[in-house]
Amino acid sequence: MASIDTGGGDSGHKKPGVKKAKKLSTRVDMTPMVDLGFLLITFFIFTTTMSTPTTMGLNMPKKTDKPNEQTEAKESGALTIMLGKGDKVYYYEGKLDAAASGFKTTTFKGIRDVIINKRKQVMANHRHDATCKQIQEDAKAAGDLNWQNACLDKDMMVIIKPNDEATYKNTVDILDEMTINGVTRFAMVDIFPVENDLIKITENNGAK
Amino acid sequence: MTPFVDVAFLILSFFMLATKFKPPAPVEITTPYSVSSKELEQKNAMLIEMDKLGRVFFTMQVEKQEDNELKRSMINSLNKSRNLGLGPAEVEAFVKNPTVGVPFSKLKNYLDLSEEQKKGYETKMEGIPVLDSTDNQLIYWVGETKKAFGGTELNVMVKGDNNTKYPVFKQIIEALRKNDLFKYKLITSPEATPTGTELYKTRGK
Repeated sequence: MASIDTGGGDSGHKKPGVKKAKKLSTRVDMTPMVDLGFLLITFFIFTTTMSTPTTMGLNMPKKTDKPNEQTEAKESGALTIMLGKGDKVYYYEGKLDAAASGFKTTTFKGIRDVIINKRKQVMANHRHDATCKQIQEDAKAAGDLNWQNACLDKDMMVIIKPNDEATYKNTVDILDEMTINGVTRFAMVDIFPVENDLIKITENNGAK
Repeated sequence: MTPFVDVAFLILSFFMLATKFKPPAPVEITTPYSVSSKELEQKNAMLIEMDKLGRVFFTMQVEKQEDNELKRSMINSLNKSRNLGLGPAEVEAFVKNPTVGVPFSKLKNYLDLSEEQKKGYETKMEGIPVLDSTDNQLIYWVGETKKAFGGTELNVMVKGDNNTKYPVFKQIIEALRKNDLFKYKLITSPEATPTGTELYKTRGK
């Protein structure tokens, strides 16, 4: 570190015996400044590469009122996810029955396990049929290395229904979960009044 | 030791100058995180932004300076179809700064403002009205832009804040749907892939 050198002034002095005021020479060590400089450089290297925003693609289907053109969702493979306020997630599998016994509540962390389990279940129950060949051809053409298994989750369909109090972040997070868990078939539609009522009831029950 | 310091400061200055500045955005938007890894491209695009208060802003982006003519034709066409009463000065103001966040009734006044006045006006801007489904003004903005770009490849980008409520997003999708646009890109901030999931396995290969 910094040191004060007092003895160095005397060497090379021609007249011995003459008293001279000792010269103080201060030498400051530059190493900490260089360290700080490199730290700042490293900071800038990392921040310039990370600042480009990324994009997430979203494709919506054409709206048709003709029932035969609408995509059919198989009840055994359907998972409906509803988003409410306060980052709450509600879901049920298949069709909602009159008693709403299948209506469950969870959080964003919990929904990932639900999706994974449902996907495993659908893949285990998979039965090979005529449409499989086309799906495998498409996957092969798209360059999917795992195309033979592309058909296994063809029955899985996730229906996402955000209600009016869900935020954009919730929507993007759920779409992210689709990508993370490898769900290829999903749709974002309007929520049914029945479902919205169920959400309101659950919120009120939770508030008590 | 001194040359060391010199080199360090030279590299530091380079990086400080090389960081790209964000284009002046009228409003603060915090985008949500996403694991998507597709990069944002700078092509001919229309950018629809929504902030946390639910205000909607529309920007028409062109890749090359020569294509500024397209912006001119778009605003002129919109002027005719919606009877906005815009003069040549206002048209040029739009071409210079193609971001709009006001309803049609206030558009002429907004384009008349100078640069400094526009900066002060930002907090007062109410955004393009979309929530009323009978008068979703975004439909017209999107429609005219699509027409102006002819048949060329057009990116539709949607940038939303974390706390924007879903109905605003739904109305934006409606406006795009009514113009037969079904593929869009949502702008998000990058996030690491969670370990042990399907995506992690696919990306790892």
